[in-house]
Amino acid sequence: MRSSKRGPAALAALTLSASLLAACGEDGGPPTITWYINPDNGGQGRLAASCAAAAGGAYQVDVQVLPTDASQQREQLVRRLAAQDSSIDVMSLDPPFVAEFANAGFLRPFDGADATALTDGVLRGPLATTSWKDQLVAAPFWANTQLLWYRESVARAAGIDPAKEGFTWDEMIAAAQGQQKIIGVQGKRYEGYMVWINALVVSAGGEIITNTEAGRDADPTIDSRPGDEAARIIGDLARSPAAPPAMSTASEEESRSAFQGPAGGFMVNWPYVYSAAKEDVAGGGIDRSVLDDIAWARYPAVSADLPSRPPLGGINLAIGAFTRYPEQALDLVRCVTSLENNIAYMLDSGNPAARGAAYDDAKVREAFPMADVIRQSINDAGPRPITPYYNDVSTSVQITWHPSADVRVPESPDESAVFMSDVLQGRRLL
Amino acid sequence: MTLMQERAAPEKPEITDRASRERRLGLMLSAPAFVVMVFVTAYPLVYAVVLSLYNYRLTDPEGREFVGFGNYATVLTDPVWWSDFGTTLIITVASVAVELVLGFVFAFVMYRIIRGRSLVRTGILIPYGIITVVSAYIWRYAFQLDSGFVNQWFGLGAFDFFGERWSALFVITLSEIWKTTPFISLLLLAGLVQVPEEYQEAARVDGATAWQRLVRVTLPNMKAAIMVALLFRTLDAWRIFDNPFIMTVGANDTETLSFLAYRQNVTLVNLGAGSAISVLLFLTVVIIAVIFVKGFKTDLSQVRGDK
Repeated sequence: MRSSKRGPAALAALTLSASLLAACGEDGGPPTITWYINPDNGGQGRLAASCAAAAGGAYQVDVQVLPTDASQQREQLVRRLAAQDSSIDVMSLDPPFVAEFANAGFLRPFDGADATALTDGVLRGPLATTSWKDQLVAAPFWANTQLLWYRESVARAAGIDPAKEGFTWDEMIAAAQGQQKIIGVQGKRYEGYMVWINALVVSAGGEIITNTEAGRDADPTIDSRPGDEAARIIGDLARSPAAPPAMSTASEEESRSAFQGPAGGFMVNWPYVYSAAKEDVAGGGIDRSVLDDIAWARYPAVSADLPSRPPLGGINLAIGAFTRYPEQALDLVRCVTSLENNIAYMLDSGNPAARGAAYDDAKVREAFPMADVIRQSINDAGPRPITPYYNDVSTSVQITWHPSADVRVPESPDESAVFMSDVLQGRRLL
Repeated sequence: MTLMQERAAPEKPEITDRASRERRLGLMLSAPAFVVMVFVTAYPLVYAVVLSLYNYRLTDPEGREFVGFGNYATVLTDPVWWSDFGTTLIITVASVAVELVLGFVFAFVMYRIIRGRSLVRTGILIPYGIITVVSAYIWRYAFQLDSGFVNQWFGLGAFDFFGERWSALFVITLSEIWKTTPFISLLLLAGLVQVPEEYQEAARVDGATAWQRLVRVTLPNMKAAIMVALLFRTLDAWRIFDNPFIMTVGANDTETLSFLAYRQNVTLVNLGAGSAISVLLFLTVVIIAVIFVKGFKTDLSQVRGDK
């Protein structure tokens, strides 16, 4: 009885696995390129389909969605690549992880001619995050940046112009205090806090860590004048009445709702907040007058004579080192990161393009009234440290600078540098 | 092994020819399983020990460096390890203590109940059948500010259970107790069933009260079962991972030792220190087991009914 039941089942399993194998394109048929993407609104999936169609059947694309959380995306990719997973042909990679992946030999570098084509016309910010040891290892796909969002009524009442060149954090804090309004920032202990700290340090002309190609022996430089400036601004704001409520647990969304509330004055945040505010108006969450009151400017500077270097986000495309179809994978990367597709993706998903020319497109300019500020900000952006130990660097800064109300000069930056170097050298645990 | 036993055989006259041949057959039959066990458990263990002697990141292969026992020194002198050690200890002691008492109550109920027996037993065992991650989510949602009903029921207003250490540990431990009390009561029930009814009757005839019968007759005869239950549960609780991972992700000092090992090995791919933590975790488990076995002075084979 038992064996007679098992027979057909085994047969079914065999045929199933056989058909699965065939679907992988092992024998005959075009190869299937697997593209691991960060979750989005489906835009990357649509690009994959259109690129496969444009390739005229040279390859098919199978899109695999990674977890929502960036660190979990990294975890999954690292785990698979460490086991030399040949099914990872193309991946959408968060810029801070590029150096780590490249250093481990997980990424297939692009050769000279391809590199030139892939980086042609790309804004300076994203370009800086795609190389490791003078080799292009990832192709810039889209980039993101933060802007200064402010309420026009508040700025007018305070008699300031946040859109003028060299508008500083100190001016903003003073204005908010004078008007009894708050400044929305990301002060929770997470990557968004590191984004803010890094933007302040690089805007003050410094770096959190230098000599990163030395890996573990890199030099933490956060204990310097720029680091002190950053600590001064964060500590001052956190201890002032302009600090947002529950600053130590505030992420992007909390800042946004505080900014849209009655006490909202200023906020640093990603461009999505504008379309989110529009949706809130449509949904009845906020009044139309609030949306009309919202204005934007370049990220504030630390000192008036030094232009700010806004935060940088986005996604780069990289080819897995163990892929069986490097040529087709390269084809897909070329197609997805082309100028036309940069524009198409920007319109489809709302994510800003990496190539500067995209911002001249009429449709883009219509959909993004702040297109010029975004382009300029992305071009001048200060990327987070490019180091294979990014996780350690970021976490040690987050730990030593949290909560913001306890950030002091020079204790916090000094402690941060010592802790960071201990962690890198394996003398302390994170 | 076999040689030694053959030599020992003549000195022990009670081992007959047949018994020794049966024993040899037994060894041969279990050899394949033994070899597989060694391969799948000993190899990773030895590899972890080797890795723990290096300062090694998976993503920085060139930076690999032999540091001897340096990682152990780092881990054992680091506040993170001791904070996690304390957290794990608190969760283990609190949950096992409560579970033992509750488990006894449930075991007695399951043993004594006459009507609706299967219904009660099923009811008691249901939490144990739920996947730990699922139960962790259930408890998280119940206590969370936005979706939870607990604050409403008890009029706690906007108290954030996961916002500080002790309240978060309270929820974690509570969920752990809810989830695994059935397991401990099941083991205790097995021990309870083994206490011969004649003993109870004899004690009753001698005029022993219910309390005396429990303390003098029932408990001493269940010693082995109690030890097994306690040992299993303590080792289980000591390796707790799912609940803190789902509920707090280790925030507010709620990280446990297993979580620390996971974070070092998987998140930071810091295989050197991570392996050292894993090895230390393994050693603590061995120490706990030894303390229980020595402390209870019980022969485990008794439980199997070998004697």
